[in-house]
Amino acid sequence: MKITLNGEATEIIATTLDAAVDELGYTGKIVATAVNGDFVAREARGETMLVEGDRLEVVAPLQGG
Amino acid sequence: MSDPVTFYDTAVESRLLLGTALYPSPAIMAEAIKASGAEIVTVSLRREAAGGGAGQAFWDLVRSLDVRVLPNTAGCHTVKEAVTTAHMAREVFGTPWIKLEVIGEDDTLQPDLFGLVEAARILSDDGFDVFPYTTEDLVAAERLVHAGCRVLMPWGAPIGSGLGLANHTGLKRMRAHFPEATLVVDAGIGLPSHAAAAMEMGYDAVLLNTAVAKAGDPAAMAGAMAGAVTAGRAGYLADPMEAREMAAPSTPVMGKAFLS
Repeated sequence: MKITLNGEATEIIATTLDAAVDELGYTGKIVATAVNGDFVAREARGETMLVEGDRLEVVAPLQGG
Repeated sequence: MSDPVTFYDTAVESRLLLGTALYPSPAIMAEAIKASGAEIVTVSLRREAAGGGAGQAFWDLVRSLDVRVLPNTAGCHTVKEAVTTAHMAREVFGTPWIKLEVIGEDDTLQPDLFGLVEAARILSDDGFDVFPYTTEDLVAAERLVHAGCRVLMPWGAPIGSGLGLANHTGLKRMRAHFPEATLVVDAGIGLPSHAAAAMEMGYDAVLLNTAVAKAGDPAAMAGAMAGAVTAGRAGYLADPMEAREMAAPSTPVMGKAFLS
C-alpha cells in the first residue's frame, strides 16, 4: 500500500507500524515514530495498523541548539 | 567553592549550556563541548532516511561525552507539533527534559507565547520537565510558572543573531519578579561579555550555540564563554556596588598636600 514516509510517497507491504519500521530499514536503530501527526510509542507499534495514505514520520537524534 | 545550579531536581556545576548544531565537524563539536565544561547540551530530532545512520553516529558521539542532553522542539510552529516532538524526544533520549520551542514568527524566530503556554501545560501535566524558550514578557512567564515550569528561558536576542542582551531592563525585571525560578538566558549571545552580563544580572545560567559553533576557533570560544559565565556569576555573588551618575574619588582626599 502507499503511505508517506517523511514526506515521500512510499510503497510498503507491512500492515503494522512495527513491521513497517523493519521493512523500511530502521531495525535496531534509535528512532521515534508518529502516524498522522500523533506520537506512537515503541511498545505500541505492534498494535498500530497502517492504512493507505497514512503519513509516517520516523525521526532520529540530530544536532540542535 | 561549589555553587551548583538546579534544573528541576538535577544539580549541575556548569552554568553554561551548549548547543550541538552548526559546528564545522563532529570532532570540533566534541572539542568545543569539552572546552566549555558544559554538563548539559541541547540536541534535536530530525527525519531519518530509511537505511540512514547519521542520527545514530551523532547520538553515539554525544553519549561518549558524558553530558546530559536537553532535547528541543526546534522548528515547531504549532502546539501539536511541539507536543508530538516532545514525546518522540522523551522516547529517543530517555529524558523528561524538553526545551520547548513554539515558533511564532519566522524572521525573528520569536516564540508564540500563546502556543508555548498551552504546550507547556500539556507537557507538564504529562510528566515532562519543561524548559520553555520564551521572551521577557512577565505575563507569559507567570502563565508558564502556573503551568508547572520551574525553569524559564527568555531570549537575549533572536536565535543566531549574536546581538547580546537586547532588553537589559526587561531581563532584570524578570529576574526580580521570579526569584525562585531557574532563569536561563537562551539565544542571542554573541560574545563572552554578553554571557557575563546575563550572569551579573543574577541569571542562573546561559544557553548558547551559534556564538561558539560559528567562531573561527569554536573550542577557544567555548573556553572563553565558560570563563565569562564563571566571572559573571562570581561578580553577581560578590554584590556589585551601586552605579552613580557623578564621580566619587577613590583616593582619599584627607591629608592631600596643599600645593597651590
